[in-house]
Amino acid sequence: MAEKTLKNIEEQFEMFQILNEEGKIVNKDALPDLSDEELQELMRRMVYTRIWDQRAISLNRQGRLGFYAPVAGQEASMLGSQFSLDKEDWILPGYRDIPQMVWHGMSLHQAFLFSRGHFKGGQMAEGLNLVMPQIIIGAQIIQTAGVALGLKRRGKDNVAITYTGDGGASQGDFYEGMNFAGAYKAPAIFVVQNNYFAISVPVEEQSAAKTIAQKAVAAGINGIQVDGMDVLAVYAATKEARKNALEGTPTLIETLTYRYGPHTMAGDDPTRYRTSELDSEWEKKDPIVRFRKYLESKKLWSEEEENKVVEKAKEEIKAAIKETDEVAPQKVTDLIGNMFEELPVNLQQQMDEYKEKESK
Amino acid sequence: MREITYAEAVREGLSQRMREDSDVFVLGEDIGVYGGAFGVTRGMIEEFGPERIRNTPISEAAITGAAVGAALTGMKPVLELQFSDFITIAMDQLVNQAAKVRYMYGGKGHVPMVVRTPSGSGTGAAAQHSQSLEAWVAHIPGLKVVQPSTAYDAKGLLKAAMEDPNPVIFYEHKVLYKSKSDVPEEEYTIPLGKADVKKEGTDVTIIATAIMVHKALEAAEELEKRGISVEVVDPRTLVPLDEETIIASVSKTGRVIIVHEAVKRGGFGGEIAGVIAESEAFDYLDAPIRRLGALPIPVPYNPVLEKAMIPQVEDIIKAVEETMRGA
Repeated sequence: MAEKTLKNIEEQFEMFQILNEEGKIVNKDALPDLSDEELQELMRRMVYTRIWDQRAISLNRQGRLGFYAPVAGQEASMLGSQFSLDKEDWILPGYRDIPQMVWHGMSLHQAFLFSRGHFKGGQMAEGLNLVMPQIIIGAQIIQTAGVALGLKRRGKDNVAITYTGDGGASQGDFYEGMNFAGAYKAPAIFVVQNNYFAISVPVEEQSAAKTIAQKAVAAGINGIQVDGMDVLAVYAATKEARKNALEGTPTLIETLTYRYGPHTMAGDDPTRYRTSELDSEWEKKDPIVRFRKYLESKKLWSEEEENKVVEKAKEEIKAAIKETDEVAPQKVTDLIGNMFEELPVNLQQQMDEYKEKESK
Repeated sequence: MREITYAEAVREGLSQRMREDSDVFVLGEDIGVYGGAFGVTRGMIEEFGPERIRNTPISEAAITGAAVGAALTGMKPVLELQFSDFITIAMDQLVNQAAKVRYMYGGKGHVPMVVRTPSGSGTGAAAQHSQSLEAWVAHIPGLKVVQPSTAYDAKGLLKAAMEDPNPVIFYEHKVLYKSKSDVPEEEYTIPLGKADVKKEGTDVTIIATAIMVHKALEAAEELEKRGISVEVVDPRTLVPLDEETIIASVSKTGRVIIVHEAVKRGGFGGEIAGVIAESEAFDYLDAPIRRLGALPIPVPYNPVLEKAMIPQVEDIIKAVEETMRGA
């Protein structure tokens, strides 16, 4: 009986796909209503982000960027979901999810400041509904329930979307956040980008569950497993999740994806836990390759177009790094000043002390 | 002026703010029709409705994390953690999240949230429902920590806590919920970081927090009969700490006993002792600084043993007399 129940549930979670590896539409009915310009824009963003990722890795190696978690391979999962959002929706990202923040309105320059640990990297522009990238795995998931609750309470027609990886789905915060949002009918979307490895631990060692998406069932919210290398499927699934969220039903979206690079640039070597066969298997599913094929077949994309994006990305990244280099280094007094609205007496004393030191 | 209880004072202060500021809402376990484990929110759901007095699932991490999230959208959540022991479950959201937001957003993040939570022993609630863990949170830069000892202080400090744009941990003492004092009906603020000299004296200073303020006052009365004039200082907030009042009092009396209910080892009394030892008050000391705190054991269920593990009035009297003799 119990076995049958589990099997029945697991069978419900088949991967949702629109565009296959060859760039062919396999699910015509689900094709999202995107204009030619929007399709091109999605492609531009993915190509741009791939270049940015390559540049960020090399800038990190040169010591010109600090913390960086590579994103190549996950572009469709990241950008397809963000593309379905309203400008005023809230994003609660994990540490790898900087591209969604940038395409939501944060400048590259600020992303670089964040990477360098400069306090200005955390200063969100007014009206930009972005929460700082979460470092504690899963903590953003319960905050999402709270942001969604706040949006609902304030009568906004906006949603809160959060991102974590397959590793995040093992945290208590993951279950509590989904349960909270479900109980309160809060407008939340939970995206788990399942890239198959929590740093080095493969997903099958993390849970007995066949899918992460099925975990939504326990919280009584919608759950869907999506081909995370298919930007159209990710977009369509998130768009629907957004609509349902506003009607009071949160959704858990599991995107099946892969990070080509290391976990972060801080010394991870993926060859210790991944085979090159697995890497090349996933490269065949590449989100940019298949979308390019699709757009080319529709005469919406060309090599020339792509080169333009590549050049633009390179130029803008160069300019953003230059701008970042020009920001004054942070001082101890900046850090003290950022602690409280009004400094308590003891911090004020320290502030005065450091002000004097810094003036010398 | 009318007298009301500490629990009533908290409820009144909370309700008055909620009437004025629609961004304030309360979330916690059993705070609806049940009225909270100690009855503090009784009647509030009837006035403010279930969206502003929000019952939650038993998820302390989620209650706290959701409060952080809601605060980021401009709401002003007041959350009730049913027993302060459960703060351990909410620790990531308090320590790694709420406390860091303003700093990590380069001074531009705001989480105006208040964590109300009952602490302390004396109700026979045993090892996991009786602790005083305020030193845990006081250690974290970015959190403010309040420990009111009277109904009057509770109402005024709660208003300050709710108006503070930073996260504040507001420790209510369970045994004090029924204690009464004169409390004005209108709203008033007691700023965070202002100690209160509960009784003036000249021979020795007792710095006491929460319920220990009352024990210290009782001890002071007895000691007065024995010819010892005791000054009782209640810091009221641990962070920020009113070092000035503490240092001034100790400089005046030259002797100091620090008393709290929390386990002595690693307790906040060590911090207060350190502040005194590092200050000019050190030169005025005529006797070593004394600290009284609980024994380093879990709180026993047995009421006799429960009492035995934390400082009592007699212990304070004895410590004062020893300190006086040691001079």
